[in-house]
Amino acid sequence: MTYVLQQLINGIALGFVYALIALGYTMVYGIVRLINFAHGDVFMVGAFVGYFVLRGMAKVSLAGAGWLNGLILFLIAVLAGMVVCTVLNIIIERLAYKPLRNAPRIAALITAIGVSLFLEYFTSLKFVFGPDYITYPTPLPMVTWDVAGLRISSIQVIIAVVAIVLLLAMNYIVRYTKMGKAMRATAFDRDAASLMGIDVDMTISFTFGMGAALAGAGGVLYATAYPRISTFMGIIPGLKAFTAAVLGGIGSLPGAFVGALIMGVAEVAAKSIYSTIADGVAFLILILVLLVKPAGIFGRNEVEKV
Amino acid sequence: MRSIKFLSIILILVMLVPMAGCAPKQGNTIRIGVIAPMTGDVKTFGDSTQKGAQLAVDEWNAKGGVLGKKIELVLADDKNDPAEATNAATKMIQQDKIHYIVGSVSSKCSIPISEIANKNKVVMISGTSTNGKVTVDPWPGGTRKPYVFRACFIDDFQGPAMANYALNTLGFKKAAIFYDNGNDYVKGLAETFKAAFEKGGGTVPVYEAYSSSDTDFSALITKMMADPPDILYVPDYYNMVNLITKQARDAGFKGVFAGGDGWDSADLNMQSTEGGYFTNHYSPEDPRPEVQNFVKAYQAKYGSVPDALATLAYDATNLLLNAISTAGVDDTAKVKDAMQATKDFQTVSGSVTFDENGNPHKDITILQIKGGKQTFAAVVKPS
Repeated sequence: MTYVLQQLINGIALGFVYALIALGYTMVYGIVRLINFAHGDVFMVGAFVGYFVLRGMAKVSLAGAGWLNGLILFLIAVLAGMVVCTVLNIIIERLAYKPLRNAPRIAALITAIGVSLFLEYFTSLKFVFGPDYITYPTPLPMVTWDVAGLRISSIQVIIAVVAIVLLLAMNYIVRYTKMGKAMRATAFDRDAASLMGIDVDMTISFTFGMGAALAGAGGVLYATAYPRISTFMGIIPGLKAFTAAVLGGIGSLPGAFVGALIMGVAEVAAKSIYSTIADGVAFLILILVLLVKPAGIFGRNEVEKV
Repeated sequence: MRSIKFLSIILILVMLVPMAGCAPKQGNTIRIGVIAPMTGDVKTFGDSTQKGAQLAVDEWNAKGGVLGKKIELVLADDKNDPAEATNAATKMIQQDKIHYIVGSVSSKCSIPISEIANKNKVVMISGTSTNGKVTVDPWPGGTRKPYVFRACFIDDFQGPAMANYALNTLGFKKAAIFYDNGNDYVKGLAETFKAAFEKGGGTVPVYEAYSSSDTDFSALITKMMADPPDILYVPDYYNMVNLITKQARDAGFKGVFAGGDGWDSADLNMQSTEGGYFTNHYSPEDPRPEVQNFVKAYQAKYGSVPDALATLAYDATNLLLNAISTAGVDDTAKVKDAMQATKDFQTVSGSVTFDENGNPHKDITILQIKGGKQTFAAVVKPS
């Protein structure tokens, strides 16, 4: 029993990591109906920005030596990752996606794949991030708690807390703020929203920025939990988060969250039974969802406008 | 539009110019290709390989080269990717007309290179690829690739050496093994370790595979911790070892880690692997004069202690140049025969005599990570 519970905890912890990426995917899709395949690579950039901050500030002491200093450095790294990714994603949107806003959807999709490959290969150049695997510095002391025979590590708790806080914050922004109202209106009918005086460009930029901020935070958290980064690290988590977003119903925030948790648990369950089929299971889920309930768990069935 | 076309023509021309300068220079040099992972997940391996090979070539050139000609190294990066390795080998052989290749580091790259080299009658020697398939084609029926050699022991010896050491010297009876099932080297070590450990009376309750893109090992580790073993064998490269050992320690694993020569890197996490053992090709603490002279020369040139990768690249280059010198002619068929006939040639990692499969029979050194440093633990003789 302890064994099953421990594996469940492992799965949920992994699910929270996917959730951080999946939320960004689903938000952008909800507004512009674009699957931003470069999202996983923005996540990678976030991890690297955090790395440079942590490395640059390795000798800096803001609050003595102990864990408080580590926590502050860690939060600065997360924040830096969020800011840089936000700016990066807004630039990507302006340069690569905006000119294609009225083009067929497939054109924007292919551009997204192009942006993704560009980010991967440009950043692996020697004078950018370089092509090597890098071991991530860990500013936080790693503590593992033993709760009734179950082991929970501090980084698992931090990831869970950050993921939940960010989900609630996003839910609040989308539901209760003026910008959120503009986002929902733009998602519902872009032309009508524009006629009502909503600055559609601004709203879309804001959405991209917010999704990227999540990815940036996710990148630093992921790299702290699994301390090995490379410029291609975003591909697999990106694909799994995308699957999670589709599973939950793409465009739905709670859907992405629940989908990510299901993905994490399914993957760990598969691994604990037969270790090499885990990735296969993740994508089998994608195929099954697309066959059985294409709109996902929380998705609405959309009538294709003719 | 027209200006864009014009510009692209200019650009193409500009790119062609350096190619014209690359035409193979024949005559007064002997060129040796080095294929190694200069970037990517095991880049410290490539870096050491290049340094070791370069040191050997410098020493030969200082003595007047080979066959009265200067020796020149041509370096290619395979990024530890079999597809890149294939491209690099094809380019070296077909465009650059190179007759001798030293490389690559990992077996998964050396196996495709060995096939190209053997087919084109190019003599190849890998310093560090320990998988049996590098020199012998397992299909059909185990044919030897006569142009391919290596300067290291093979996994059929390395895996069992660690298994027997764990059983007999350390007294462990229960082992767990994690391995990358997409990597010939890791898989080979895992299989041979398991077979030897079980044969020697031990049990291996957990034998789990992962893929090289995996970062989360919590599921496997939890599975292992249901019945904690004495020893966890992780015969992967240092990068993956860092990830796995750290997660295992965080999950409360108290046993000992062990691995193969892929651990030998300055980037190995000495904290999480503390107390662990790994099989290696040599120890810089060995008092033999070959070792001490080499360590001294290497330190003078590069300012660091050579790891096994540098040592084996140095040995491989020396074996190759010795064979060229013995053959007395720049003819790969004769050099191959001279190489095969090598007998008791003194290298840094031991005396080399090739068996019928192009594998040298050499001692294995077992090192332990102790106090954040590699320390000598034992030597295992080949049976």
